[in-house]
Amino acid sequence: MKPDASVQDREARVTLDAVAVSFPVYQGGSRSLKKRVLFRGSAGRIARDANQRIVVEALRDVSLSLRTGDRLALVGANGAGKTTLLRVIAGIYEPAHGAVVTRGRISPMFDVNLGIDPELNGFDNIRTRALLLGLSPSAIEGYIPEIAEFTELGDYLDMPVRTYSSGMMLRLGFAVATCFEPEILLMDEWILAGDAHFMAKAQLRIQGFVERASVLVLASHNLGLCSRWCTKALWLEQGQVRAQGPIEEVIAEYRRSSSAE
Amino acid sequence: MTVQVTLKGFPQAFESDNRPGRLQLAATDLAGAIALWPLWVRLGWHDILYRYRRSLLGPFWFTANTAVTIVALGIVYSQIFKMPVAELMPYVCVGLLVWGFISAILNGAGEVFSGAESYIKQVRLPYLLYVFRFIWSKTIIFAHDFPIFVVLIVYFGNWPGTVALLAIPGFLLLALNGALITVTLGMASARFRDVPRIITSLAQIVFLITPILWTPDMLGSRIYLAYGNPFFHLIEIVRSPLLGSPPSIETVWVVLFITAFNLIVTLVIFSRFRARIAYWL
Repeated sequence: MKPDASVQDREARVTLDAVAVSFPVYQGGSRSLKKRVLFRGSAGRIARDANQRIVVEALRDVSLSLRTGDRLALVGANGAGKTTLLRVIAGIYEPAHGAVVTRGRISPMFDVNLGIDPELNGFDNIRTRALLLGLSPSAIEGYIPEIAEFTELGDYLDMPVRTYSSGMMLRLGFAVATCFEPEILLMDEWILAGDAHFMAKAQLRIQGFVERASVLVLASHNLGLCSRWCTKALWLEQGQVRAQGPIEEVIAEYRRSSSAE
Repeated sequence: MTVQVTLKGFPQAFESDNRPGRLQLAATDLAGAIALWPLWVRLGWHDILYRYRRSLLGPFWFTANTAVTIVALGIVYSQIFKMPVAELMPYVCVGLLVWGFISAILNGAGEVFSGAESYIKQVRLPYLLYVFRFIWSKTIIFAHDFPIFVVLIVYFGNWPGTVALLAIPGFLLLALNGALITVTLGMASARFRDVPRIITSLAQIVFLITPILWTPDMLGSRIYLAYGNPFFHLIEIVRSPLLGSPPSIETVWVVLFITAFNLIVTLVIFSRFRARIAYWL
């Protein structure tokens, strides 16, 4: 599988400049003022906006710059803003402050089961899913044999997906999600959970998939995986960048800090 | 084994460093949604199959249900109003079919964005794609029920003639208004979760006060109660040609006015709050 020349020639780029994202908490609107609290922890800070609405500041002043070949690991505790940052890069959350500039097709891989319709059979689900990923209907048909083989589902692909076990469902989603060329690949770590036999096979496939990507952003708690796959790291704490730089340095610092606590 | 994947007309993010204006972003959303028609056509179709997949009649349940309602109401109301069945039943039929389309939109619009939360939070797609998917599936249901009317006019032998073709632009205008109101209601409901409930109760009232089961001239001197009702004109622009006469000039003007108003309101709201939809979910 050789990378498509045109993908390689085109410079992929992700630039974030002083990005801030905050979520209004509408349910908290009736909260009294005396309950004004600041979280002591690693999660985003709770603050108020100009209208005295409660807002969670998920990201504050995050800047980063990635070019072709960069592999960035996002590390940090739960709720530090890793997933939010991935979604900002994906263009799902348009930040209220700061600027996001990306060049290149973005392949978000947050949920392998996206768009799976339990009443449809495997093949129909492959088609829907591939359309969601941006493939053209004619390109999809060319992929189907390869996807079908990878899933090892055989005749089950003619059955409605609701009859599948969760492991089979995962194989199906995973096979479709990794069948095309990613440019800017955004991944959440838990996507890598599954049954042992399949995971051995999936590891190989995802490794090839990750290697073909021009830019990778991986949010993970697995520091070993981060070191293996990434060259850079960004450590988020309470929605702010605590450290950014080469992977070894940031991870060493992150380890020191977590063991100190 | 490689492929170039592009979402035609819908950049995932913007290449230029100067941020495009809100209006431009809204236009990009529209262009992207149109370009992705294979996706929403497919999803809309699946939305229909989904509910009826394991039932015996499949989607024909819609049609069977509507047909029984029309025949029953047509017979009873022609007795109540002392009108010939051959006249009232086709009238009630078109009225109910068009109202079915309108009320399905009003009742479902609130969930267009909140129901697509899993998509919106996982992948960046044009927001209008969800609106097109919704209107498309409601249009399929309408088209599916339409043969009931054809059967009725064959049975009663009152062909409307070529003027019936005017119902096509009428329906397109109605569908456009449906799409516009879906954007507004969908956004309002994503932000304020009680909007769908309000709409459901209002739709019930609109059904009773709009000439669907009864004709406007039954109001006598108070006929303005019908003419002042925008839903009367939205139904009339499709119903009147199907019953053999072109819609009145007033109806055409009112519908065009509603469309323009709807367009402006939707444009303002959508371009202003489009980026907030993901945050509201």
